[in-house]
Amino acid sequence: MNAPLTSAPVPPIGPEDHVRGEGEELIVYADLGCPHCAVAWAEIAARPNRIAFRHFPVASKHPRSPALHAAAEAAGAQGGFFAMVDSLYADRGHVDDPHLWQRAEQLGLDLERFERDRRSAEVAARVRRDFESGIRAGVTSTPAVFP
Amino acid sequence: MIAAGTPAPDFTLRDQDGEEVSLGSFKGGKVLLVFYPMDFSPVCSDQLSIYQEVKPEIEEKGVTVLGISVDHPYAHKAFQEKLGIDTPLLADFEPKGAVASAYGSYLDGLGFANRTLVLIDEEGTVAWAYESPNPGEFPGANIIFDALA
Repeated sequence: MNAPLTSAPVPPIGPEDHVRGEGEELIVYADLGCPHCAVAWAEIAARPNRIAFRHFPVASKHPRSPALHAAAEAAGAQGGFFAMVDSLYADRGHVDDPHLWQRAEQLGLDLERFERDRRSAEVAARVRRDFESGIRAGVTSTPAVFP
Repeated sequence: MIAAGTPAPDFTLRDQDGEEVSLGSFKGGKVLLVFYPMDFSPVCSDQLSIYQEVKPEIEEKGVTVLGISVDHPYAHKAFQEKLGIDTPLLADFEPKGAVASAYGSYLDGLGFANRTLVLIDEEGTVAWAYESPNPGEFPGANIIFDALA
């Protein structure tokens, strides 16, 4: 049985969130395969805010999204979450597996661990948890920004 | 919009493969009708894509999801393939919008259905219905799960 997907407020930023910056809090539900998100991220990331990035991959619309979110999460396990997010949004034309390995190496990640982590059930569950909280909060498009 | 407690008007429409689909054939199970304006529009694309992501959880509750718009089966087929979804899409094509009209969802003068969700119970009665304030907005999937809770 899956988690309930009934309406619920956006969860406040917690210790398991990926957070960057200082200032007023912003929670962003974004899809790493979404071109609109890539454009918006350049502006959102530059804001003087404490920003929490939450996964909202819509696989039917962007088939590579699940792999990209898993890659970001796996990078996060080695302290490189936002570096990977920034990298993926900055260059949307290289998102196949060899490109992900190249990005991981450029970010100085342990490639073997990155590969293991991005394919793990734990990472998939972590991504899905964010997605479900977005569904429960009524997210209908990305990026969705909550103050 | 059709009211809860109303017997759901029966219909037979062709799906994206040209196959006839009758509402009556689902009796004994629940059906969620998703009326939407038109294939390939940006909001319709977002709506059906998001619903696809939670379709397993909807089906887990014994509900079959059917999309309905005034588009032809050929358009439905192309739209389904473009989005990479497997939700059946039914063509309310001729007479245009007849089923949407029967469910009070058709927007006269615009030529398409408003975004309307209709949940039909095992006996063929409307259990719940929701209509968007306007076609430019679509109800989040959470609204569906609230209705199924």
